[in-house]
Parts: sequence; C-alpha cells; structure tokens
Amino acid sequence: MGRYFRTLRRFWGMALASEVEYRFNLLIELVAVVANLASSLFVLSLFFGDGHRLGGWSWPAALVVLGVHQLLDGLTITLLQPNLTRIVSHVQEGTLDFVLLKPIDSQFWLSCRTISPWGLPPMLAGLAVIGWAAQRAGAPADPTTLVIAGLMLLCSAVILYSLWFLIAASSIWFVKIWNATEVLRTLLTAGRYPISAYPPGLRLLLTVVLPIAFLTSVPAEAILGRATASWLVASGALALMCLLISRWFWRFALRSYTSASS
Amino acid sequence: MRRGLRIARVLLSTQYALMLEYRAEIALWSLSGVVPLLMLGLWSQSEAGQALGLGATGLSRYFLAAFVVRQFTVVWVIHAFEEDALQGRLSPLLLQPLQPLWRYVAAHLAEQLTRLPFLAAIVAVVMLVHPQAAWWPSPRALLLTALFTWLGFAVNFLLQTSITMLCFWSERASALDRLLFFPYLALSGLLAPLEAFPPGVRSLALATPFAYQVAIPARLLAGEPVAIGPALAVLGAWLALLLPLCLILWRAGVRRYGAMGA
Repeated sequence: MGRYFRTLRRFWGMALASEVEYRFNLLIELVAVVANLASSLFVLSLFFGDGHRLGGWSWPAALVVLGVHQLLDGLTITLLQPNLTRIVSHVQEGTLDFVLLKPIDSQFWLSCRTISPWGLPPMLAGLAVIGWAAQRAGAPADPTTLVIAGLMLLCSAVILYSLWFLIAASSIWFVKIWNATEVLRTLLTAGRYPISAYPPGLRLLLTVVLPIAFLTSVPAEAILGRATASWLVASGALALMCLLISRWFWRFALRSYTSASS
Repeated sequence: MRRGLRIARVLLSTQYALMLEYRAEIALWSLSGVVPLLMLGLWSQSEAGQALGLGATGLSRYFLAAFVVRQFTVVWVIHAFEEDALQGRLSPLLLQPLQPLWRYVAAHLAEQLTRLPFLAAIVAVVMLVHPQAAWWPSPRALLLTALFTWLGFAVNFLLQTSITMLCFWSERASALDRLLFFPYLALSGLLAPLEAFPPGVRSLALATPFAYQVAIPARLLAGEPVAIGPALAVLGAWLALLLPLCLILWRAGVRRYGAMGA
C-alpha cells in the first residue's frame, strides 16, 4: 500500500512540473472556469423566472446540483481525462505491453499515471457554489449531514470513474474510442439539472441505464439533508458494483489483448 | 472556373471516402448532439417552459429542428489543424497550388454528408416517440433554413479558423476553443429557445454569431417567425469582418511557420 502512495507522489509531482511549463494556459483556464460557470448559471436561471420551480426544486437547491456537477467536471479534467483517454494510444502504439510488464497493478497505473492542475479551479468553483447555495437553501450543517454528503460525493466520484474506465477500456477492441468519452461527457451535462425535472421515461433512462441521477441529484439531496436511507444504500451499492465491474471488465479486456503487431 | 469545379469535386469525393472509413466515429458524434432533445424533456416538463407560450408542439418542433440544424453548423477545424501543424503535416499542403484551408472546408462538408443517415435515424426515432411533433416544413421554410444554416456554418468556420490561426504562435491553441464554447452554449439557443431569454440578452445573442448557429435556422425550420432582413445584415457584417481577419492571420501565420523541428 505504501508503495502505491509513494509511486503516486512521484507521478503527480512530475505531471505538475511539466504542466507548469504552459503558463499561458493558466490564464485561459481561469477565464474558462468563469465563462463556464456564468453560462451554466445563466441557462439554469432561465427555468426560475417569475418564481417558477424546476421539478419541485427551488433555485438554491438546484444550484447545489449544478455545484456538484462542477465538482465532478473538475475531477474529470484533473484525473479521468488525462489518464483514461491515453489508454487508446497505448493500445494503438503497442506501449500497453510495457505497462502490463510493470510490477504494479495495471488499472492503477493507467488510472493515476498523471494529473492535470486545470481541474482545480472548477472544483473550487463547484465547492463555492455548493457552500453558498446549501446555506441559502437552509441545509443543516451538522456533522452527520456533512459525513453523509461526503460519502455520497465519494460514491458519485467512484461511479463516474467506473463509467469512464469502462468506455476507455473498450478501446482494446475498438481502437478509436476517443469520441465515446466525448459522448459520455455530453450526456453527463444532463446532470446539471435535478433528475425530477425530466419526464418519466427520460428519468428512468438517466437513473437505471446511465446512472446520472446518482452522480449529481442524489449527492445534492444528501447535502441538503433530505436524503432517504434507501437512496443512500442504493448509491453505495451501485458505486461498489460499478467499481467491481470495472475491475472485472479490465481483466476480461486484457484476455483479448493481443499486443500491437500480433 | 472549370479547374475550380474539378478541384472541388475531387476534394469532396476523397474527403467523403475518408469520412466513410470513420463512420462509427461519426455516428457517435451525431449521438453526442442529442443535448437539445434532453433539453426538450426539461422545457416541456417545467413551469418556465409552459409559461413561454410555445405549446408542447412548438417546443418539440423547435428542439428537434435545433438538433437537426446543429449537425450542419458544427466546426472542428481547430483540432484537425492543430494536429496537422504540430506534426508537420501542414508542410506538404503548403507546397500545393491550393489554399490549404479549402481542404478543411471540404472535410467538414463531407463529414456532414456522412452524418445524414444517422441524423435521419435519430429523427425517425423521435418522431415515433413523439408523433404529434411531426411536421412538414414549407418549401420556402426549407430553402431559408438551408440558406441560413449554410451562412451560419460559414461564419462559424471563419470564426473558428481565426482562432485556429493562433496555432502558428502557440502549441496549445485548441484550449482557446473552449472559450468560444461557453458563450455558444449560453447564447446559441441550443439549451433554451430565444423566447426564454430576457430581452437584453436576446438582442445581444442576435448580434453575436452564436444565435445563427442554432436558434435562427431552427426557428425557420420549425416555422416560427424570423426577421430575415436584420438577420442577413448581422451575418453579412460578421462575414465582412471575419473573412479579411482570417486571411490576414493566415498570411502572418504562414510567414512565422517553421514546420516542426525547424
């Protein structure tokens, strides 16, 4: 275990050092965070003119959902995108062989090899929105709520990781998969709005088939202190299941991996 | 003139053949455009959507039209060009007696052609689920939609190409593309019909190129009223501004271009 932490520190230190080379990007990324937040706030606000509500959610409560989405978006930019989109080129160029030969778990290596600092601004923005909106919505700030909210956020992060990993790992068969992650990102924008705002058919689709409800709405409910036990258990079980599936799927995928030239 | 036609025919047919190779990828791209259909679900359910006065049919038609129109105004030149410039593939293109940007125009047009079958399939599915939303636009509406979609594509292409030219100065110009994406999301009408905007924002959106990527052609296709004269004036002004800008940046950029490794 200690070995994994030491490796992680080396990996990330190196990644940060190389990213700081592109200082011009820092400016762009900061402007992008502000622009992103402003545009999603604007679109969300269109649903709340004249005291309207969205799927039974008030404006501050819906803002919590948006904040959770921002937080997950930051996580995607920091960890998921830079690592998992690289599996494709490992398969294409045959360098996956070298990864598999290393004396370390290959899923861990592929998922944590590098880190991008550009996800931090969206994450901080997301946390700020959540904090402000939760207070406005009158969410209880007692330790139990905070712990449950933290656990739910962790679950949603695990689910998101597993979805990304499943798609990225399928590049073993379909060499060009870059677009599929882009489709996933687009579909995930559905998570900017509370799940109860969608019509029943779509709601079912976004809960059961593509578990977007568990990514943003369920943690938001937990933050607002109105989560029910059954949703909490379902979320935890789903996270565990997704993680196990991603684990199993990787082993299964490796069985049909035949290296680049064979 | 005849030479121009021959070049256009050869460019289009080769690019079409190339795009057909990537049809699975293009199917995924078409799928990633379903956001307007998700938004249709939200707007048709919400109190704010009912207050717009478009009616259920009006909303369905608008968002379905937005979905269709958007497939023909999407521009991705910056990503293709950045890769070509960084990897030095631009150098042989510069030697040919043809402005290399035409090649990218042809690639976009060919890709739109490849999208057609997937587009038809998705529209057919929506029609099956929502038969009451089906309509047949008048020939005049179809012609105007085609004209405005094409003009919108032209403006978008020039706008993106102007930013693309920064690839000559920076290695990561595609990051700038994201800065255009957020105002596009907010103002294009992809996520909300123009009726939902506050009046000030609506006039702002109509002065930017963004509303002409989705909202204006979609309204024409859905049979909603559009002020044709002012729309043409704004598009003409943007074309007159962006075309020279693009060419100036291209000249300056090529002079700076030293190929990779030089």
